[in-house]
Amino acid sequence: MIAFDRVSKRYPNGREALSNASLRIEEGEMVFLTGRSGAGKSTVLKLIALLERPTRGIVVIGGKNTGSLAPRHIPAFRRRIGIVFQDHKLLPERPVFDNVALPLVVAGTPLKEIDKRVRAALDQVGLLGKERALPLELSVGEQQRVGIARAVVSKPPLLIADEPTGNLDPDLAVEVMRLFKRFQEVGVTVVVATHDLHLVRELGLREIVLDHGRVQGNDMDPLPGMIATR
Amino acid sequence: MSLGLTSYGARHVQALLGSLGQLARNPFSTILTLIVIALALALPLGLGLLVTNVRIATGGFANAIDLSVYFKTDVPLAKAEQLAKSARERPGIAQIDVISADAALAEFRAYSGFGAALGVLNANPLPHVLHVHPASDAESAASLDALRRYFAAWPEVDVVQIDAQWVERFNAILEVLRRVLMIAAAILGAGVIAVIGNTIRLEILNRRGEIEVTKIVGGSNGFVRRPFLYTGILYGLGGALLAWGITASAIRMLAAPVATLARTYGSRYVLVGPTPQELGILIAGGVILGWLGAWLSAARHLRSIEPRA
Repeated sequence: MIAFDRVSKRYPNGREALSNASLRIEEGEMVFLTGRSGAGKSTVLKLIALLERPTRGIVVIGGKNTGSLAPRHIPAFRRRIGIVFQDHKLLPERPVFDNVALPLVVAGTPLKEIDKRVRAALDQVGLLGKERALPLELSVGEQQRVGIARAVVSKPPLLIADEPTGNLDPDLAVEVMRLFKRFQEVGVTVVVATHDLHLVRELGLREIVLDHGRVQGNDMDPLPGMIATR
Repeated sequence: MSLGLTSYGARHVQALLGSLGQLARNPFSTILTLIVIALALALPLGLGLLVTNVRIATGGFANAIDLSVYFKTDVPLAKAEQLAKSARERPGIAQIDVISADAALAEFRAYSGFGAALGVLNANPLPHVLHVHPASDAESAASLDALRRYFAAWPEVDVVQIDAQWVERFNAILEVLRRVLMIAAAILGAGVIAVIGNTIRLEILNRRGEIEVTKIVGGSNGFVRRPFLYTGILYGLGGALLAWGITASAIRMLAAPVATLARTYGSRYVLVGPTPQELGILIAGGVILGWLGAWLSAARHLRSIEPRA
């Protein structure tokens, strides 16, 4: 599903966030990206979502080399990825329903269908009935779940989350992780960046450890079978 | 297919309603912007109407180019009438009036205020005169000149005068006004684009967060741009309609004094408002300028908003 082959990312300010990083995530897998803050976790996620481009190396997502993707195809590409942010990135002036519906609206989904799927997504995160509430009227945990509902509402095959439990108390954090696990169980590939090692160990899933922009203990070739041949 | 079209149309209706809502939420700034746009559109429209009205109001006499043919003072009236009769046979002449020296003197005595002074003259110093009205198809400079030479060739004729210079001058003034109108329209049109472009720029900056999120969840540039284009179009349309209102009230306010002025010239002239065609151009122009201003601004500023996760 995802392969990084010797990927480096240097930001305009000169900081090298990733150096020569290779990693591979299989379809249907749920993986944690761990490491101290500044280790390059967010950069990996940004490269997956094409919010940034690599300085060097190849990023393959869903069988496609993202380096050869024309800018006009990026929106359609992003619609196949659900993204959850630590700070939720909800629109504060819009009710929960509008926030969750946004990915469907930009994809041109018929209104009837939008209504059905927004309710289904809110039901999955346990927020059915909060459609008309404004994000700021909700608790932090509820806001995070609205963000998750928005990420999964269009049923993307890939879900990525950047510190989704960063602002949550431990109980809520476990609950959110279980939610991600349920999506993985129905076939979604899930990548979660977190520094909450306790939580990672508890779930017993594969961990990709980053340190100063390098992937720890990894010398395999990530590419075989990853690029679709057409 | 029909489903696709329906949802495409629904997305546009959605964007349009969204833009309307956005404008309605800030009525004060929306109205200020509309007034600026309306004034910029009303000015060229008003100038255009001024030119049209002056042209129509003066149309009756602007085209009436006359030739005055003055006979030598010793030519008898019978001779003048005979010559007029033969000239009437000529093509290119609509009408010839013979004004005898006596009639001319009587008229002069009546209207000039020198009546008493003229009494001391023992002979009439005025010549007989022909007033020649060219036919409407013979008003070109060349055919007027041909007419002038025809009359001037008669030995009995002293002078032929073409009363055309002021007409030319007048038409030239109208032409200058028309140019001023076009220049003003171009400058003010650019002003409308700038005003709408700047308004859209502020709007884009205000909604930066929303745009970022929309792009992150896969909104295309076209999708993100759409509401701003509708906002621009709504500004242009609203400004044009307001300009129409301003112009219509100006015409209403001017109607009475213009009618009074026209009466002093013995005319029943009524001010002409914009034709349906001119209104169409005004509204289409407003919409196009609004769209263009929004498009330029959106193209420039949306590109600078890329998501930073």
